[in-house]
Amino acid sequence: MSDPIIRMTDIEKHFGSVIALAGVTVEFHPGECHCLLGDNGAGKSTFIKTMSGVHKATAGTIEFEGKAMNFADPRDAIAAGIATVYQDLAMIPLMSVSRNFFMGNEPIKKIAGISLFDHELANEVTMSEMSKMGINLRGPDQAVGTLSGGERQTVAIARAVHFGAKVLILDEPTSALGVRQTANVLATVDKVRKQGIAVVFITHNVRHAMAVGDRFTVLNRGKTFGTAVRGEITPEQLQDMMAGGEELATLEGSLGGTV
Amino acid sequence: MSDAINSDERIKQTSRFRQALIRPELGGMVGTVAVFTFFLLFAFDSGMFNSQGVMNWSVVSAQFMIIAVGACLLMIAGEFDLSVGSMIGFAGMMIAIFSITLGWPMWMAIIITFVICVAFGAINGFIVVRTGLPSFIVTLATLFILRGFTIFIPQTLERKTIIGGIREAAEGDWLAPIFGGKILTGLFQWLGDAGIISVFTRGNLEGQPVVNGIPMLIVWALALVVFGHILLTRTRFGNWIFASGGDAQAARYAGVPVDRVKIMMFMFTAFCATVFAICQVMEFGSAGADRGLLKEFEAIIAVVIGGALLTGGYGSVIGAALGALIFGVVQQGLFFANVESSLFRVFLGVILLFAVVLNTYIRRMITGER
Ligand SMILES: Nc1ncnc2c1ncn2[C@@H]1O[C@H](COP(=O)(O)OP(=O)(O)OP(=O)(O)O)[C@@H](O)[C@H]1O
Ligand SMILES: [Mg+2]
Repeated sequence: MSDPIIRMTDIEKHFGSVIALAGVTVEFHPGECHCLLGDNGAGKSTFIKTMSGVHKATAGTIEFEGKAMNFADPRDAIAAGIATVYQDLAMIPLMSVSRNFFMGNEPIKKIAGISLFDHELANEVTMSEMSKMGINLRGPDQAVGTLSGGERQTVAIARAVHFGAKVLILDEPTSALGVRQTANVLATVDKVRKQGIAVVFITHNVRHAMAVGDRFTVLNRGKTFGTAVRGEITPEQLQDMMAGGEELATLEGSLGGTV
Repeated sequence: MSDAINSDERIKQTSRFRQALIRPELGGMVGTVAVFTFFLLFAFDSGMFNSQGVMNWSVVSAQFMIIAVGACLLMIAGEFDLSVGSMIGFAGMMIAIFSITLGWPMWMAIIITFVICVAFGAINGFIVVRTGLPSFIVTLATLFILRGFTIFIPQTLERKTIIGGIREAAEGDWLAPIFGGKILTGLFQWLGDAGIISVFTRGNLEGQPVVNGIPMLIVWALALVVFGHILLTRTRFGNWIFASGGDAQAARYAGVPVDRVKIMMFMFTAFCATVFAICQVMEFGSAGADRGLLKEFEAIIAVVIGGALLTGGYGSVIGAALGALIFGVVQQGLFFANVESSLFRVFLGVILLFAVVLNTYIRRMITGER
């Protein structure tokens, strides 16, 4: 089995008096899709933000490719090949799709020794990446503010897939997507995983998790609740783990097993 | 399916026209045309459109442009600088103190003044990004601090608040003409000789054209507009400016060094104010403690007329330049047309309101037409 590309050990994150993470240990392997699951407020988003350089962990160590790493800000993480789709997407409504797509990673062309933003290349790549995801944009200069929620989410995913050279982190990427786009995202996850990229996939949907996950880690109230490997766990067991066990069982009866 | 990639049946035919409308410069363009039409119709004979007249409003517009470019980029980056006016007074006074009171060579006075003023801009920016306070309040403090020093320093050193003799001190200096000189003087002499523009007919300047060249002030204004426009629309840094003002958090997530962008824009605003101040003291030959009063608001108004959103993330340097042009033409045009100058303020207020309403409407159109 391959060495982990990222090893997070005893990660703690405190926001003032709030303890969002109270010691989480997870390893992520290249070519694997690792699903992070857990209830609202369990700390999933906080956890991936410590990986992508947004938050500095209060305690704990992060190893990237075997070396202790200390990302000062998201720029460093992106430069190292870690791209993230944040739950709140990190899109700027007033800016065009292609400006958003390349925000922070603008392609450069030199004209008379001056580095200029290569808008043509940016527009081209944006359009083709978006149509790969099954979204036909009206144009690359369309403002993100005019896109639907799902279209925005797709731009964010396409952007991360394009720039995630080693690690791709997806925080609830499918929450607003239609059937076809969801299928596209899951297929994309499967594709990049086969290219040897480590995928971190946060979702509340057990079916999506089972569809692409190789490994499942459940967080609960800022702690690792447990990790399971594909094939060793049934969807029902996973669902129970996510909800912390019993309560859901009673609910499930009255809902006729539809949850 | 493959058809759908190339063409989208869900775009209406009108959208091209609409798209042409949705651009930040729209208000500025319409306003410029309207203003020129108005004055050409009603004030053509006032002398506003002969060589002195054109030079007159061009210089005033260029002054507005210089500070509007800085204010524009800063506003798009999501911040304001209310200390621009005080910075103008302060920079001019520093030039006078260094070159007259301390007797330094002019080039040294100019360079040191730039360093000090841009450093003040950096401090503004640093405080804003570090404390997270609104730049409105931080730069309001700087407004008072700088104005206070601008009065205090000459009072203490020279016992007066206006220091003259700068033009004489600048004579023979290699750097001063970059701010106080004129270009194309030969061309204007030729135009005068050819009878195309008016020349002096009496006195010791007889035979010389009344307008004898393009002041460096105008060159600076145009150069800053071109620089600002290219920086904003054609470079990576320009994308960062839009992103920082559009949503600082989202920009940070995407790896944009938001703090650095904002601090640099504060420094650039201070740089523009200093250029303005040095051109002004070179022209007047003196520095006064009350120079630059209210300039920050005039800059902001020009930028807003030019289509920038007060909330940041959207705007255009070309628009701001047109806003400055409208500003200058109307202010001087009313003077030429012998209209009571207080009415200029009424005009300003009205056009500002109009511009803000138009911008809000345009913003709604781009962010989802909701
Ligand atoms: N910047 C912050 N300041 C203070 N508290 C925070 C901050 N960010 C997160 N928290 C707290 O940390 C806890 C974990 O939040 P987090 O966003 O990581 O949850 P999550 O597992 O992603 O939930 P969801 O499934 O709803 O997205 C929550 O209780 C939240 O209130
Ligand atoms: Mg979350």
